[in-house]
Order: sequence, then C-alpha cells, then structure tokens
Amino acid sequence: MQQRPNSSRRQFLGLAGGAAVLGALPVVIVRPAEATPAMLASAIQNVTGGAAVRTGKVKLDIPPLVENGNTVPMTVTVAHPMAPEDHVRSIHVFNEKNPQPNIANFHLGPHSGRAQVSTRIRLADSQKIVAIAKLSDGSFWSASVDVVVTLAACTEDVI
Amino acid sequence: MASALINVPAKAKRGDIIEIKTLMSHIMETGYRHTTAGEVVPRDIITSFTCRFNGSEIFRTDLFPAISANPFITFFTTATESGKFEFEWTGDQGFSETASASITVE
Repeated sequence: MQQRPNSSRRQFLGLAGGAAVLGALPVVIVRPAEATPAMLASAIQNVTGGAAVRTGKVKLDIPPLVENGNTVPMTVTVAHPMAPEDHVRSIHVFNEKNPQPNIANFHLGPHSGRAQVSTRIRLADSQKIVAIAKLSDGSFWSASVDVVVTLAACTEDVI
Repeated sequence: MASALINVPAKAKRGDIIEIKTLMSHIMETGYRHTTAGEVVPRDIITSFTCRFNGSEIFRTDLFPAISANPFITFFTTATESGKFEFEWTGDQGFSETASASITVE
C-alpha cells in the first residue's frame, strides 16, 4: 500500500483538469507565422549578424519520423559551385527544442569540391531543424525540416 | 579508450572529388542528464574536429552536445596531389586525439 501521496500524479491530474477547462472555453490561439522560439532566433542571429536569410539552395536530408532521437542521421547539401571566387564558406545547423539551439558548424572552402556534410545528431523532442549556409559573397541560404521523434535524447536519467 | 576510424580512398585521379568518412569513439555526455540521485552528469564532449591536408586546414567542425555519441562526420574534398590527411579531435576534460591517412593522386 502506498503511504505517501504521489505528487507528480496529482500535478498531472491537476494539469489535465486545467487543460480540459481551457479546452472547453472558446479560446482562439493565434500562432505566429514562424513558430521559432527565441533561443533559435538568437542563435541564428549570432551566425548571420542580422543579415537576411533566403530560403533555397540548401537541402537538409533527415528522416521525417525518427524512432530513436539519440542517433538521427543527417546530411546537408548546398547546391552551389565550389569555385575559389564563389563557394560555400560554412554550414550551420540549429534545432528548436533541444536544451541548446546549436547542433554543429561546418567550415568548408573552395577545395571541398562539394558542399555536403553528414553526421548523426541527437533530438530531444519532435521539432524543427534549420540548416543555414553562408556563401563567400556573404549571403545566407536556409532550409528547414520538421522531424517527429518518438524516443527523446539528451536529457533522460542515467540508470 | 578512444579510437578513430577513417575512410579515405587510397588512390584518386587528380581533380576527383573524394569523400572522407570519420568516426571517433566518444560518449559525448551532454551535461543535461542527471543521475538517479539528482546530480548533473558533467558535460564531456568533443568540441572541435579538424582535418588538415599536407599541413593546411581543409575542413573544420564545431561540435555541440546535440551530436550523437561516437561522432561520425563525412565531408568531401578535391584530390589535388598525393599527401597526408591529418585528423584532430579535441574536447572537454583535455580530450585530444589524432589520426592520419595517406592518399596517392595520379
């Protein structure tokens, strides 16, 4: 028999009750056009320095449905020539809901031949992944993908 | 003990774009996990990976806790001359490992 009241269960029931009440009210939630949390926005700002980021050129290959968030294969390709006078300088990958917005920064050069990198990443929740490429002319291009994660990574307890 | 796996083609034609695959064994502890006692497990990750060819840097990556354990990184480079690739991983708690691979360009 359990002597101590289970506080997390109580909290959960309380929250669930609250949510039910909220749901019953005719509340209209206006979602912003870009549901980007502030941390993601500021991490991108750190890289771009406020310059405009255009959509395109970048291809972010990542499975849309991920079972295990501990290792998610990811490939970023930038459709851009790698000539000495005009090339991709760096590729930056960000996430929305991990404890930290950065995933990785890749620094390339004209000798890279092809602007493509692959790695394996961790995702703590279903979220949006953003890849931004910086070109040698100073322009920024981006792509984003929404990923659904069933088993979250990063923050689980050590057993 | 840390160990590296490197995949570089042994031979290439001049001007070919070759793929380089690297894997370094490392736990990549995020610093966001807790033990059952509630203590934070201190962060222990690789923070930087660099590849040099004949001494000059050709590729560099900054890594964050969002990179999976045993970081696997692939990238491309243009084969211009025969020489040696040198790979270097550095990270928290004084982590530093190197590896190298040679290529013959015809």
